[in-house]
Amino acid sequence: MAYSGKVIDHYENPRNVGTLDKNDPSVGTGLVGAPACGDVMRLQLKVSEAGIIEDAKFKTFGCGSAIASSSLVTEWVKGKSIDEAGQIRNTDIAKELSLPPVKIHCSVLAEDAIKAAIEDFRKKRDEKRNHRDTEKQSSDEEEKKRVTA
Amino acid sequence: MKLPIYMDNHATTAVDPRVVEAMLPYFTDDFGNAASRNHAFGWKAEEACDYAREQIAALIGASEKEIVFTSGATESDNLAIKGAAEFYKEKGRHVVTTKIEHKAVLDSCHRLLREGWEVTFVDVGRDGRVSAEAIARAIRPDTTVVSVMFVNNEVGTVQPIAEIGKVCKEKGVIFHSDAVQGVGKLPFNVDEMKVDLVSMSAHKMYGPKGVGALYVRRKNPRVRLQPLIDGGGHERGLRSGTLNVPAIVGFGKACEIARAEMATEAARLVGLRERLRKKIFENVDEVYVNGSLEHRLPGNLNVSFSYVEGEALLMALKEVAVSSGSACTSASLEPSYVLRALGVEEELAHTSIRFGIGRFNTEEEIDFVANLVEEKVKRLREMSPLYEMAREGIDLKKISWAAH
Repeated sequence: MAYSGKVIDHYENPRNVGTLDKNDPSVGTGLVGAPACGDVMRLQLKVSEAGIIEDAKFKTFGCGSAIASSSLVTEWVKGKSIDEAGQIRNTDIAKELSLPPVKIHCSVLAEDAIKAAIEDFRKKRDEKRNHRDTEKQSSDEEEKKRVTA
Repeated sequence: MKLPIYMDNHATTAVDPRVVEAMLPYFTDDFGNAASRNHAFGWKAEEACDYAREQIAALIGASEKEIVFTSGATESDNLAIKGAAEFYKEKGRHVVTTKIEHKAVLDSCHRLLREGWEVTFVDVGRDGRVSAEAIARAIRPDTTVVSVMFVNNEVGTVQPIAEIGKVCKEKGVIFHSDAVQGVGKLPFNVDEMKVDLVSMSAHKMYGPKGVGALYVRRKNPRVRLQPLIDGGGHERGLRSGTLNVPAIVGFGKACEIARAEMATEAARLVGLRERLRKKIFENVDEVYVNGSLEHRLPGNLNVSFSYVEGEALLMALKEVAVSSGSACTSASLEPSYVLRALGVEEELAHTSIRFGIGRFNTEEEIDFVANLVEEKVKRLREMSPLYEMAREGIDLKKISWAAH
């Protein structure tokens, strides 16, 4: 299969390959695809307090188009807010890389990976907030008890 | 050493220079139509074709009268299976074959299915071989044709043709073998193996593309076929069409060379194959050979490199022409049906690479390829989330992956 120059460039010089600490509360991890289908993408986003994506890393098991799609989205999401990143569509990826029809699913997977990473980050953030709220609530109650006493 | 390196000799082979040389006069000086009975040009062409028939027949222990020229092995498979099934349909309408045949055989069988025949597709073992017992069990009173390949084109496994031939003889059914990948590389004898129909192709054995042959047994039993192509009655009415004389001459020469050099060439190719295999296995972990190593074509090595998708590896090995069983190299997005028939897990089927070593490969090329494979597999594993997870001790089979 003949690939576009951009696919070959991303495949040969992939951007942002690597791993972020998945236990870091500011990191969202998206793992999508399946080994039996021949492609698995892992996209990790590090998000600032203000909700801006400061860093992005990926690792991909898949064909050249899958690797290129994930490499491309790490470039695209950096500096965007998580809401903006969530707007990236597979059609944008497919167009940028001139993916042939049989490779469109690679771009779909990359879009799914962004969504999954954002979802993971939001879940962690909400858990953290709830946790903080519960802590606050319990200390308020204790305060109240003391006052009543 | 010249780049790129060709190591895909199951797909096709370069034409041997000795073959080219034999062919050349038949394009320009001796260009006659072998069916022209009334002048010297025709006689010369016919003579050349008859000589090629002898060379081809000698390679498989047949008589020259039993060789029918075709356009290639796909046509030979079609003619053998559909032609025999059609001719013997009064006797029964059941055909037996295996799950790892070439598409030319499988799709001929599917055509018969659509036209009212029944077909049994026999399973193979993890070693990529079908047993004669399994074939015997599949044969019914209404079975007319059994078709089992000699050597598989993906995993290179050699099938027990002589044992299956014996079964077919006992049960009185026609036995066809697609011997494209094995003839000229391993000994093959139609009488010892009790085969009735044999498909062959020139371009898999250093001959030209566009020519093949079907061996059709003439005695014990005399096999009859319904022709697929009607016309001028060439090839005793079994395959009409003007003979491709230069290609046929080349095919004959290729068979002659193969017959003379088979033993030394096979030994050399096994040596190269084992050199490649050992180097890869010494330097890369979690690699698996698909199919039996013992019953295998000398030049074939089919390996799965865990955690590295096959097409990505092909891209990385751009200086080397090899092929993959990965879905991404096929239009269907399905991984190799051959590997799946062997029971290779889908995730491993996606990571397979087929090396097809041939007559013109050198030790230097083998070493280059082995080093390149090691380097590129390591690079891609560094990019593979699966490799990282496996290293962390995560059982990938226990993760609930979302199929897509």
